[in-house]
Amino acid sequence: MSDKRYLDAIHDALHEELARDERVIVLGEDVGRKGGVFGVTDGLFEAFGGDRVLDTPLAESMIIGVSVGMAANGLIPVPEIQFADFIHPAFDQILSEVARMRYRSNNDYGCPMTIRVPYGGGVHGALYHSQSIEAFYAHIPGLKVVTPYTPADAKGLLKAAIRDHDPVLYLEHKKLYRLIHGDVPDGDVTVPIGPAVVRRAGRDVSIFAYGLMVHEALGAAERLSGEGVEAEVVDLRTLRPLDTRTILDSVARTSRALVVHEDNRFGGFGAEIVATIAEEGFRHLDAPPTRLCGPDVPGVPFAHPFEEWFMPNADKIAAAARAVVAY
Amino acid sequence: MPTEVKMPQLGESVHEGTIGKWLKLPGDRVAKYEPLVEVITDKVNVEMPSPLAGVLGQILVEEGKTVAAGTPIALIDEAGAQAARAGVSLPAAATAAPAGTGVPVMSGDGRTAVQGQSARGGGPRLSPLVRRLAEEHHLPIEELETIRGTGTGGRVTKDDVLRHLESRGSATPVAAEATAPAPAPGEPGVAGGPFSAPAGKVAPARAPGDRLQPLSILRRAIADRMSRSAREIPHAYGAVEVDVTGLVRHRDAHKSAWRTREGVNITLTAFVVRAVTRALRAYPLVNSTFTPEGILVKQAIHVGVGVAVTDGLIVPVIKHADQRSVVGIAREIDALAGRARQGKLAPDDIAGGTFTITNAGVYGSIYSMPIINHPQAAILSTDAVVRRPAVVGEGIAIRDVMNVGIGFDHRVFDGALALQFLTHIKRQLEEFSPVGESAEF
Repeated sequence: MSDKRYLDAIHDALHEELARDERVIVLGEDVGRKGGVFGVTDGLFEAFGGDRVLDTPLAESMIIGVSVGMAANGLIPVPEIQFADFIHPAFDQILSEVARMRYRSNNDYGCPMTIRVPYGGGVHGALYHSQSIEAFYAHIPGLKVVTPYTPADAKGLLKAAIRDHDPVLYLEHKKLYRLIHGDVPDGDVTVPIGPAVVRRAGRDVSIFAYGLMVHEALGAAERLSGEGVEAEVVDLRTLRPLDTRTILDSVARTSRALVVHEDNRFGGFGAEIVATIAEEGFRHLDAPPTRLCGPDVPGVPFAHPFEEWFMPNADKIAAAARAVVAY
Repeated sequence: MPTEVKMPQLGESVHEGTIGKWLKLPGDRVAKYEPLVEVITDKVNVEMPSPLAGVLGQILVEEGKTVAAGTPIALIDEAGAQAARAGVSLPAAATAAPAGTGVPVMSGDGRTAVQGQSARGGGPRLSPLVRRLAEEHHLPIEELETIRGTGTGGRVTKDDVLRHLESRGSATPVAAEATAPAPAPGEPGVAGGPFSAPAGKVAPARAPGDRLQPLSILRRAIADRMSRSAREIPHAYGAVEVDVTGLVRHRDAHKSAWRTREGVNITLTAFVVRAVTRALRAYPLVNSTFTPEGILVKQAIHVGVGVAVTDGLIVPVIKHADQRSVVGIAREIDALAGRARQGKLAPDDIAGGTFTITNAGVYGSIYSMPIINHPQAAILSTDAVVRRPAVVGEGIAIRDVMNVGIGFDHRVFDGALALQFLTHIKRQLEEFSPVGESAEF
């Protein structure tokens, strides 16, 4: 076990996979000589050379398109999209090629690719450096989507993703890079893609969250505990495939569900979770399953007070949980 | 929907206020802007006007108490809503409405993320979970509607139902499950029943290898009844040793003849029941039930006899046991036990008992402390007949000795009476002098 920051865990996973399998290629804007704009890929270029760690042009569609070609030719590309906000030029490649490859080729070709994408707000990144994108991409059949919260999960899920024979969208929250540190098992340890985990057991309400919001939900749970309300916090970790079993078991225990995400509320990923709970957990519910999300405005604001208004935080989560419990 | 009236902020630097005098009382009509309450701060005394018209529903803060500005101090029912609210009180510091607390909890399109306030407006009064619990516990809708709701707008919550079930006890389940056939072990477990975990606590952790055994209806009814008895009745115990040598010898000598003639086994229990009914006539207080209004001494003597069935224990009742002979009692026990084991007891077979006998001795117990069959006042236990040396006169002889114990409701009578009752039974059984070869004594 070592205590590592979130971004170190990601770095170490990349380093270990590059060392373990010569087919693994890391590519993206500024990932090589610069070591990444956040420092996540620092040292990889020096360690593995320009044939394994590629600096690409500023062209997201090309980054993913080239990766599709690499994958079809036996390599295991791990492309980075520098900010989630920039991924959309590559949407066509992801939807029409990456996620579809195995299906359309009747299993002749897979697309073993892991797309690393820093996402999320709370870092004064404003409209073009704070976006959440999971709603658009989790919708695509053929693509897995993961959102680790702990450093151990960050490392383990990235390894699992790189080894997965099918494409994975790996959403790393940029605020967690240096905010979070924790125990990471030494050695070659993977975390399975799929299972959610109960971070904190409770009996009065189930709070479902991912990424930075797990951090905020745990803070809210502390506050609520002081008031005699015990919240259960479930870290989803994987958005697709969704661990409905863990979600429904939690609701069966607490009879109340609160889903939290930063992304805009309308049509956000939370709607999928709430629909699942309502359809499959109906008889367990003592209150309507509820979402607490970012407001439906086109982007995370730049002015700090507006950014605070936008972002869910522990206080807002606690207030929402209180309301659900009082229903 | 009652509206909260909050302690106002009466000055820029004033952050709390003291309730001086309520100018309106619950039930009073109040017009908009009519003075509602006198509020005292260290700078100002004011009469606070009511922000709306309606009827004062509930005062949340009493006179003389000081609270922070913004604290709800009263609930006003908007004119017309009062009638529907009779008897329902909302939790004093209702935090159901996030709006107005200064914390934005909603999406940018203006709709609140949490439905708290609108619950009354559009939401169901009985949630899916509440309806499911009602189904599982055979709680009719009419009874469900009488439960006091502590949720927003008087909604009946899961906890309200669980509390209600606990207090209601098992008045009906024992009768209800008698109409069901012998309980199936595969009965689905109670996810939300009163025993899975007390109102919402996390269930005990399960280790690998642990096996969860679902509760059958019978098991649940037993658990219900036992909990209630243990919870409500202060149990005290006593026991006597009974030398039943004479009785045992007499029975051993004649039991096959009895069996042939009467067609049933005349068990020791039948003799015990006979003795018990006489003792109950001598000490009527033992044949009673405790009520807050007083001790209800029952006139009729209906003795229940514990019968083991596959899944638990059932207590069929011998009606008017005092009017039956030993043979009559034995016949009735045989019939009831037979029906019990086949799952064919009628509700009438198990209702109305005034006293209960349990025979733990059949399993070898020499001392037992049974739980009273609520709402009776006492339960008798007979333990195993043990052949052992005993002092007889000035010598020692081998005797058949049986412990007879009583568990009794200490609110109804005391140890002295309990032991007198037991001694009465002891004397009858020890001084057993049968009529010829018959079972009667």
